[in-house]
Amino acid sequence: MSTKNITLRFAIPFAIALLLSANASYSDLVVHREKSLYRNIVVSDKAGQRCLIFSVKRQQRNQTCIDLDDPTRIIFDYVRMTFAGLLVNPEPTRGLMIGIGGGTISSVLTSIYPELTMDLVEVDQAVVKVATEYFGFRKTDQINVHIADGRVFTRRALLRKEKYDLIILDAFTGEYIPEHLMTVEFLENIKSLLTPDGIVVANTFWGSALYHHESVTYSTVFGPVFSLKMPDTGNRVIVATMNELPDSKTLMANAMILKPDFERFGVDLRKYVPNMNRDPDWKTDKRPLTDQYAPANLLKGR
Amino acid sequence: MSIELLGGRVLAPYFGSSIYVWGSIITVFMVALSFGYLIGGHLSMQAPRLRKYGLFFVAAAITAIPTILFGDALMDWVFLRLEDPRYGSLMAGMLLFFIPTAILGMIAPYSVRLLVEETHHSGRVAGGLYFISTLGSALGTLLTSFYFVLWFEINEILVTMVIALVCCFLIALMVDRMVESNG
Repeated sequence: MSTKNITLRFAIPFAIALLLSANASYSDLVVHREKSLYRNIVVSDKAGQRCLIFSVKRQQRNQTCIDLDDPTRIIFDYVRMTFAGLLVNPEPTRGLMIGIGGGTISSVLTSIYPELTMDLVEVDQAVVKVATEYFGFRKTDQINVHIADGRVFTRRALLRKEKYDLIILDAFTGEYIPEHLMTVEFLENIKSLLTPDGIVVANTFWGSALYHHESVTYSTVFGPVFSLKMPDTGNRVIVATMNELPDSKTLMANAMILKPDFERFGVDLRKYVPNMNRDPDWKTDKRPLTDQYAPANLLKGR
Repeated sequence: MSIELLGGRVLAPYFGSSIYVWGSIITVFMVALSFGYLIGGHLSMQAPRLRKYGLFFVAAAITAIPTILFGDALMDWVFLRLEDPRYGSLMAGMLLFFIPTAILGMIAPYSVRLLVEETHHSGRVAGGLYFISTLGSALGTLLTSFYFVLWFEINEILVTMVIALVCCFLIALMVDRMVESNG
């Protein structure tokens, strides 16, 4: 190989990389940067959107974004997909949410349901602060914020014999869900906090070996669950309940009831009905995750 | 070190995996080891024998068994009594890991005493021991966090360690016999 060839082989990708990085730093405006006890938090504005990022060097994953011109507009598919849980229980009165992110989900829910009260549990005080200062998150009479580890909070809630009819699991680090919030024992705890008609809505990802283990873990605890995937997203939302899973007709009827309320947030729940999958598309012989066996984040890399 | 890592995993279901849980674990292990060193050093003054040395291993193994068998019951008990997860994890960590870790700490100074034959060799012997034990800790940390958690349950790993300690005891006993019959 000639010298010129070698130079080209290295110089061109390098130049492209340089160009791309210059481009990225040009259009991203970092509004706020904070080192919390757990992670680096970055708030950045880009193309009219403001995003909350838990920075992991190689992988800058947006936790949540808002439209700066229209903060009520929901940008992320997974946020809209989370509301699909309401197709199973359209009238929640007492909610628990683990992991608050930018606070969008709880704000939308409490504005749609004036009777709904929610306990929000977030391990990182700094996330609540950033959500309040940069994402317009407001504590209201309907919203209680608790700074605690999700596992610790739910264990205490069980001792207090609390009950919820809507539990949303959305605890994410820069990588994925903490391992102790993915086990059979944790989900048993969550199940004990449910009212008879209560539902659990969990935001997860698909596309790694973990998908099978995680799905098996949920069905070990709850039996059959809904698994909602949409084209073009790596998110998968699990909806679990202690009751029998309702049929598509009921789901569609609930989507119609909820339509006027969700319209102003640009959410149409009807389109999720056909994708609420009740048959496992995962390997059901995989081992469930337990407190004794939880190499979840290692499985994710496979 | 391997136990220390697993300690974090053992406490997480009760006290979370927040930074203070790791703080508790590290504190417990450091305090336990420091007292272990002190006591081990004292014990090495009283007619040091390989047979007695072996007893440290078996004692560590025996005191680790309740951690495996009654860990959950114990953490339940602490969880009900201490609201604050910081002190909860510190207390549970103490109850679960202090005694076996302290006994393991006694091994190091006792080893120095057994191996040192002349004063001017003592530095080299101690250096060699630190080398072996710290490198061993590093290897234990790596294997546990990278592979063991993927292949085994936490209790399986802990039981294996108990068995390894008992094996060390038996080896010490055998060597002691051999030395005795030769001398």
